[in-house]
Amino acid sequence: MTIYFVQAFIYLVAAVIAVPLAKKLGLGSVLGYLIAGVVIGPITGIVGQETVTIQHFAEFGVVMMLFLVGLELEPKMLWQMRNRLLGLGGLQVVITTAVTAGIALILKQPWTVALAIGLVFSLSSTAIVLQTFNEKGLSKTEGSKNAFSVLLMQDIAVIPMLAFIPMLALPELVDAAQHAKSAAEHHEELSLVAGLPTWAYALAILGSISGVIILGHFLSRPLFHYVASSGLREIFVATALLLVVGIAALMSLVGLSPALGTFLAGVVLANSEFRHELESNIEPFKGLLLGLFFITVGAGINFAILSENMLLIITLTLSVMLIKASVLWLLAVIFKIKNSDRWLFSLSLAQAGEFGFVLLSFTMQNNVIPDPIASLLQLVVALSMFLTPLLFIVFEKVILPRYQAKSNQGEYDTIDEEGCVIIAGIGRFGQIVNRLLVANGVKTIVLDHEAGQVENLRKVNVKSYFGDATRPDLLHTAGIEHARLLVIAIDNKEEAKELTHYVKKNFPQVKVLARAFDKGHSYELKAAGADYTVNETYHSALELSGEAMTSLGFHPFAVEHKKTTFAQTESSASELLFDKWKHGSEGERFDLDYRKLFIELEESIKQAMAVDRADKHSSDERGWTPPPKGYESKFEE
Amino acid sequence: MKNKRILLLFAHPSQHRSEVNSAMFDLAKSLDFVTAIDLYANYPRFNIDIDKEQQQLLSHDIIIFQFPLYWYSTPAILKEWQDLVLEYGFAYGTDGNALKDKLFMCAISAGGKEIAYRAEGYNHFTVRELLQPLEQTATLTGMHYLPPFAIFSSRSAKEENRLEHHLKQWHNLLNLLHKDQISAEKTQSLITLNEGYQAALNENIATKAVS
Repeated sequence: MTIYFVQAFIYLVAAVIAVPLAKKLGLGSVLGYLIAGVVIGPITGIVGQETVTIQHFAEFGVVMMLFLVGLELEPKMLWQMRNRLLGLGGLQVVITTAVTAGIALILKQPWTVALAIGLVFSLSSTAIVLQTFNEKGLSKTEGSKNAFSVLLMQDIAVIPMLAFIPMLALPELVDAAQHAKSAAEHHEELSLVAGLPTWAYALAILGSISGVIILGHFLSRPLFHYVASSGLREIFVATALLLVVGIAALMSLVGLSPALGTFLAGVVLANSEFRHELESNIEPFKGLLLGLFFITVGAGINFAILSENMLLIITLTLSVMLIKASVLWLLAVIFKIKNSDRWLFSLSLAQAGEFGFVLLSFTMQNNVIPDPIASLLQLVVALSMFLTPLLFIVFEKVILPRYQAKSNQGEYDTIDEEGCVIIAGIGRFGQIVNRLLVANGVKTIVLDHEAGQVENLRKVNVKSYFGDATRPDLLHTAGIEHARLLVIAIDNKEEAKELTHYVKKNFPQVKVLARAFDKGHSYELKAAGADYTVNETYHSALELSGEAMTSLGFHPFAVEHKKTTFAQTESSASELLFDKWKHGSEGERFDLDYRKLFIELEESIKQAMAVDRADKHSSDERGWTPPPKGYESKFEE
Repeated sequence: MKNKRILLLFAHPSQHRSEVNSAMFDLAKSLDFVTAIDLYANYPRFNIDIDKEQQQLLSHDIIIFQFPLYWYSTPAILKEWQDLVLEYGFAYGTDGNALKDKLFMCAISAGGKEIAYRAEGYNHFTVRELLQPLEQTATLTGMHYLPPFAIFSSRSAKEENRLEHHLKQWHNLLNLLHKDQISAEKTQSLITLNEGYQAALNENIATKAVS
């Protein structure tokens, strides 16, 4: 037990020191983790062999990441991507494999080894690339979207590769390995499908995939509802984990890639109302595991082999990256990816990836690539991953500015102006806000994290930026310190609250106007410091109810005043309730769910109206009241 | 002599185009004895708070309607205000004596020249005559009616550099009202307050403050 604590402590210390430092130096968190790994591994030797085991465990971070990626992708979007996926991604895998294998052949490797090497290097690092895109706010650029299609295709391609590689086994290696059966890989330990006839195997795979889709679609919702109604956050987290782990287990059991399975589950759940909740629950696990994964990559660098073959490894790494980048560049030209996006696309995917590691150890087990070559290649993979953050820095600091200077069309999502109103979220709500303001000559900066939305808006000439408004650095670029107002119209309740809190704390001079989902949320926003909140459905519902009364025969003008009275009573009662709510203890506040709040409020509205009526002072009955009959006789006296 | 508290109810629906009224209102707002209310700002949807407005009336001695003349009358919200706030039982009728003995006055701006507001002019009536519904409202509610403080040719006041002059008169008038130096009785025959108090209104404000 003690040893685990010590190890966990070492890893955490390394991460806690190295990552913020790397981030501060503009290197990105991935490089930070890698450096932390190098420091605790090869340099100081604090951690040793166990990194390999930890790495297998940490690969689960990749699985989680793909689940999250899936959550962001609706099936419709996936279908729209099919050309890029098959065309761009497929070609990348095939061409890179062919070119790399060709060079390996020239270097006098047997064709089987050459092909295996080609396959290993055709893959890029989903973990590093997506993480970096996210971190640098590049996720919504053309370049990164294309890169993502390629990564996705690669992840899919891993499955047939795993099936294909054993066929490449070298007879002499198989013989040698016959007696000393190597330790099985984690994903090979258990299998449901071992020894099944082909048709049953196919059936099992089909069954599992359709099971994931069907269960994800029909069973997940009631399950999450059931769990959510318990109000226990940790159980919801447990359920989210259960889902991801369960699918990963199932996929491994039938010999499919767990990453692909969870990706599929993510896509199925992309439309679900629990999407954001799932995201925010899985996110921290993913982040930590990926971090751990990168640390182990750094720690796993074998300095002995590295120093012996320094020149060879560096040459190989650079050649691999050059080949990959050239192939990508070529594809970018064919697929008309332009300007800085072409650079981003080519540079970001030039490394070999974590699946490369998986394939390499798999080839070793299956006696495809001889051990010395494989461990050499492992270093090449690691080194290329190590160099990737540097390429991103080159992209950011050297390439991007050049294109930015050239184009002032706002083609790239760097914010080139500051507005006096920042609108976070440009969905149905934010759009109306923006339209009214812009029509009146108010300068607005619109931020949204949904690519499609921003793209649509750009088509109608509404200037908007991709990006997560809840990120302080993005707010900073949007000019929060000079803004007068921040309009929060983002979909995620928690994030809206956190954003309010962050802005009011750091920029108290900025007025925050927030869209709330319901009463409870509006209270939370107010407590977080929002200057003004409005429930998103309140006014439209009031309009409709007014129309209902008019349809029933009430006079339109009288209806208008009933509505006003309702709104006034509601708002004063609501304020009263807010005071009560605010002074309630933390625990009590947590219990006040929407239903309870609503009942309380409704009661107070009724009471207020009853009091007014008894006093004959209800303002809707009061206006334009004619004087009593016969009142004028007094004046004639 | 007791100092009077002034309630100024200002009604102007398009203040971004105002050249005279907004300046007058801002000046009034800066005086501590004037409660200056921008009705269109307080009730952009015309949902006038009757209780609040009545309370405000009760706590002041002089009520001023300030508005640009719209079709020989007040802008809509001031009419709405009268219809809602001057309730039976409050402003008139049995026990309706809340406004009794208060002073009531209009401060208006008119686009036309002063000579247009004469029997022989194209408007045929004087502003005093045109404002008779308000005068009668004041009378029925027991208030003492003052002739209006009127600024004519208001559309060209700025171009003709008359703004300073009007504002000085306005400032003096508010001071005089506050000091209770304007009597309803003495002004009954006047068409506008301007003509009756020319000397006092044109006095330099700085010297007035010293005296």
